[in-house]
Amino acid sequence: MSDGDNVLITMRDITKTFPGVVALDHARLTVRRGEIHALMGENGAGKSTIIKCLTGVYERDSGDVHMEGVEGNIFNHSTMDAQKIGIATVYQEVNLCPNLSVAENLFIGREPRTRLHTIDWKKMNRMARELMERLQIEVDVTETLENYSIAIQQMVAIARAVDMEAKVLILDEPTSSLDDKEVEKLFVMMRRLKDQGVGIIFVTHFLDQVYEVCDRITVMRNGKFVGEYTVSELPRVKLVAAMLGKEMNDLADIKGADSGKELGDLLYEGEGLSHKGTIKPFDFTIHKGEVVGLAGLLGSGRSELVRCIYGVDNSQTGSSRMEGKPLKIKAPIDSIKAGMGYLPDDRKADGCIGGLSVRENIIIALQARNGLFKRIPMAKQIEIADRYIDLLQIKTASRETLLSQLSGGNQQKVILARWLATDPKFLILDEPTRGIDIGTKTEIQKLVLQLADRGMGIVFISSEIEEMLRTCSKMLIMRDGANVGHLDAKDIELTQENVMGAIAGGETK
Amino acid sequence: MKETWSKLRKQPLFMPILMLILVLLINLFKDPGFFSIAVKNGVLYGRLIDVLNRGSEIAILAVGQTLVIAVSAGTDISVGSVMALAASGGCMVLAGYGNTSVTGIVAPIAVGVIVGLLFGLGSGCINGLMVSKLKIQPMVATLIFFTAARAIGLLLCNNQIIYIRYEPYKYLGNFLPHVPIPTPILVTILIIIIAQLVLKRTSLEMYIQSVGINNRASRICGINSDMICFICYAICGLCAGAAGMIASSRIYSADSNNIGLNYEMYSILAVALGGNSLAGGKFNMAGSIVGAYTIQAIMTTLLALGVSTDQSPVFMAILVILIVVIQSPVFKKWMEERRVRRAEAGKEAA
Ligand SMILES: Nc1ncnc2c1ncn2[C@@H]1O[C@H](COP(=O)(O)OP(=O)(O)OP(=O)(O)O)[C@@H](O)[C@H]1O
Ligand SMILES: [Mg+2]
Repeated sequence: MSDGDNVLITMRDITKTFPGVVALDHARLTVRRGEIHALMGENGAGKSTIIKCLTGVYERDSGDVHMEGVEGNIFNHSTMDAQKIGIATVYQEVNLCPNLSVAENLFIGREPRTRLHTIDWKKMNRMARELMERLQIEVDVTETLENYSIAIQQMVAIARAVDMEAKVLILDEPTSSLDDKEVEKLFVMMRRLKDQGVGIIFVTHFLDQVYEVCDRITVMRNGKFVGEYTVSELPRVKLVAAMLGKEMNDLADIKGADSGKELGDLLYEGEGLSHKGTIKPFDFTIHKGEVVGLAGLLGSGRSELVRCIYGVDNSQTGSSRMEGKPLKIKAPIDSIKAGMGYLPDDRKADGCIGGLSVRENIIIALQARNGLFKRIPMAKQIEIADRYIDLLQIKTASRETLLSQLSGGNQQKVILARWLATDPKFLILDEPTRGIDIGTKTEIQKLVLQLADRGMGIVFISSEIEEMLRTCSKMLIMRDGANVGHLDAKDIELTQENVMGAIAGGETK
Repeated sequence: MKETWSKLRKQPLFMPILMLILVLLINLFKDPGFFSIAVKNGVLYGRLIDVLNRGSEIAILAVGQTLVIAVSAGTDISVGSVMALAASGGCMVLAGYGNTSVTGIVAPIAVGVIVGLLFGLGSGCINGLMVSKLKIQPMVATLIFFTAARAIGLLLCNNQIIYIRYEPYKYLGNFLPHVPIPTPILVTILIIIIAQLVLKRTSLEMYIQSVGINNRASRICGINSDMICFICYAICGLCAGAAGMIASSRIYSADSNNIGLNYEMYSILAVALGGNSLAGGKFNMAGSIVGAYTIQAIMTTLLALGVSTDQSPVFMAILVILIVVIQSPVFKKWMEERRVRRAEAGKEAA
C-alpha cells in the first residue's frame, strides 16, 4: 500500500463460511478516501457477503478489518455498530419498513425530536420533503412506502444512506431497478460525496456504470480475491475475463430480434384493460413468437400494465382473450391455467418464498397449476429442479438449500426457472435479468429468443433499453400510465436513439 | 460416534425430545416405578400411559394450532372454548335439549360425536373467514369465540351441566371393551396419521408454508392464499371439536365452564416447545406433538410431586421458560461458542 495514508478501510484475509458453503475465502478489499470503488464478480462471488461482514450483518470467521480513525481490529456486531463508526449501507434487498411512511423510513432511528422528546412529525416531514426535493424524487413523503414501486423504494433507501453523512457509503446493486435518469441522479450524488472525501463501495453488474463513475475495481470470484485494478487502465475484456475466469464470447453472437420474421397467430388480446387509479384503459395484443418490449420512464406504468394483464390485483376491468378464447381472470391462478406466466419485478415481496427450498421454489407454480391434490412426484420435482439449476447455472449448495440463502442474482434465476418450468404460452418478464451477472444475462437473452422461436409470446420489460433492443421485435412506449405509441421492427429500425426519442415524447404520439 | 452425535444434535426434533425425556426423568426421583407399564384388569396401566392418555387433547389441538400458526403467524386462542362448545353441542344432541342427567341417549352416539365435530368445524370456519377474507388479526378474530363459545355452550345445555350416564358414551374418553389401550391414544394416533397423509400426499404442506412465508408471492404463483388460510383454521376447529368430545367422554358430561380450560395456552405452548417459530412459515408437526406430551408430562410430574393445583402454574411457567430459553438460537449460539473455546483451550493444553 503505497499511499497508505489515504486508505479508509482495509479488509484482509476475510473468511466466512456457511454450512456447506465457503462464501469468502481469504477475500480482501481496500477503499481509499474520496474514491468510488467498484466491487465486481459473478452471482454468488461473495460481494454481498463481504459487505455484510463489514457492516456487522454477519460475523466473519477470521480476518482483519481496519478503518481510518478507529483503533484496532474492528468487529461490528450489528449494523448499528457500523453506522456509529460512519458506515452507511444500502443493501441489495431493500430493507426498509414497507408499512411506514416515506418520511419515517428516511429518519427511522434518528428522528428529529421535540423538546418533550417526542417525535417532531412536522419537522420530520419537512426535512424529508427537502431531502426528496434535493434528489428530485417525486413522492409524497407521508404516503406509505409500499405504495411506491421498487425503484422509488430503492431511491428512498439511497437517500436515507446518503443523508447520514457517513465516511463510507456502501451501495449493493443500487441501480438494478433504476432507469437511466435515476442512475444519472445517483451518480451526481455519488460524485459530490466523493469530492467531500467519502469512500464509496459500489456493487453492480453494469460495466458501463463502472466505467462511468468508478476509480478502482476489486474483482472477486468464488469468494476469493482476484485482483484490484485502476479503472482507466483496465480494458473491458480484461475485466470480464477476470470476473468469469475465462474469456467471454462476445455479446455480438446474439442475433438481434429477427425483424424479417413472419408474425405467428394472434396469441393474446386485451381490450380496455385497466386497474383503478394506476393506469388508463389500454388495449394490448401479442402474437405467437413475438417479443414485445415495454419502454418508459420510471413510474410510466410499465409494471402496472403487466400486473393488470396477469391479474395480480383483484380489480381488473376490461376483457381479454387467449387464442380467441375469452378469459375470466379473478386471481393469478386463472392466468396460469390460461397459459400465462409472470415474473414480478419486486423480487423480495412478490417473488421469493425464502423459507422454502430451491426445488420447491422452482416447482411451486407448476404445482399450483396442477392443483392441490395432484402432487408432482418427488422424482419429477427433482428432475425439474436439477434441469433448471443446470440450465440457468444457479449457484446453490444443493437443490434443498433454502432460497433465502442464495445470492441475490441466484434467487432471481430461481424465480425465472419457476416460470420457465410451467412452460407458458404467454410469458411476462418484468426485469428478468435484475441483479444477474453479465455472463448469465446474455444466456437469458438467448433463451428468450429461443422460446419465442418455439412460439411463446413474451413481454419483456427492462430498465436497460439495450437489452430490450436485443430481444424485442416490437416496443410499446408508456408514459403516465398510458400507452402512447409503439415502435415496430418492421417499420423502423429499433435503435437506442429512436426508443429514447419516443420515450421522451413527441414523434410517436 | 462423535459424528453421529453431532448429526443427531442437528435434527430439529432433538431438543424437543430431549426436553421431554428430561421432564420424564424428574419423576424417577420420586417414583422409581414411573416407567413401568403393567396390565391390570385387561388394560394397560402406568404413569407413562397416563401421560400419553391425558396428553391426547393437547396433542390433537397442537396438530391444528401448528397449521394455524404456520399459515397466518397468528394463534387460534379459541380452541379451549370451542372444545367446551363441541362437548355441549354433542351432549345436547345425545341427551335431548333440556335434560340434565340421562341414563339413556336419544340419538346414536355417532350422531352426537359428529355434531360435536361439526360445532368445532363450524367455529373453525367462522374463524377462518374472519382471518382470511376480512383480514382481521387472528388473535382478535379468535378472541370472539374465546369468549363466546363457552356461553353458547351453556345456552345449548340450558345453563346446566349435562351428564350422560350411559356406559358406551365413556368409551371415547376411556377404554373400548377388550382393548387394552386407552381410546384417546388411539384417536390421537389416527388423527396424526390422517394429518400426515393429507399434508404429505397432497401439496398442502408446501402451500401452507409458502403462504405463511410470503402470502403475496404465493398468490402470484397461483396459490389461493385465502383458501389455504381458511382451510387451516377449519382444520384447527375440527381438531378442537375432536378434543372436546374426548374431554367430554372422560367425564361423561358437558361442563361448559371447565372443559378445555387453558387448553388454548397449552396448544400454543406445545407448538413453541416443538421448536416451531410463532412467526409462521416453516413448521414441524412432529415437534408440536412432542411438545404437547412434554406439557402433559410437566403437569403429571407436578401432580406427582405433590404440588398443589393452585401453585402448579408457577412451576409450569418456570419449566416452560427454561425449555424455551434452552431452545432459543441465542442460547444455542452461546453454547456453541463455549464448546469451541473449550476445544481450543484443550488443544493448547495438549
Ligand atoms: N445466509 C446464508 N446462508 C448460507 N449461504 C449463504 C448465505 N448468504 C450467502 N450465502 C452463500 O454465499 C455465497 C456468496 O453470496 P453473496 O450473496 O455474497 O453473492 P454476491 O456476490 O452478492 O452475488 P449476487 O451478484 O448474486 O448478489 C453464495 O454461494 C451464497 O449461496
Ligand atoms: Mg449480492
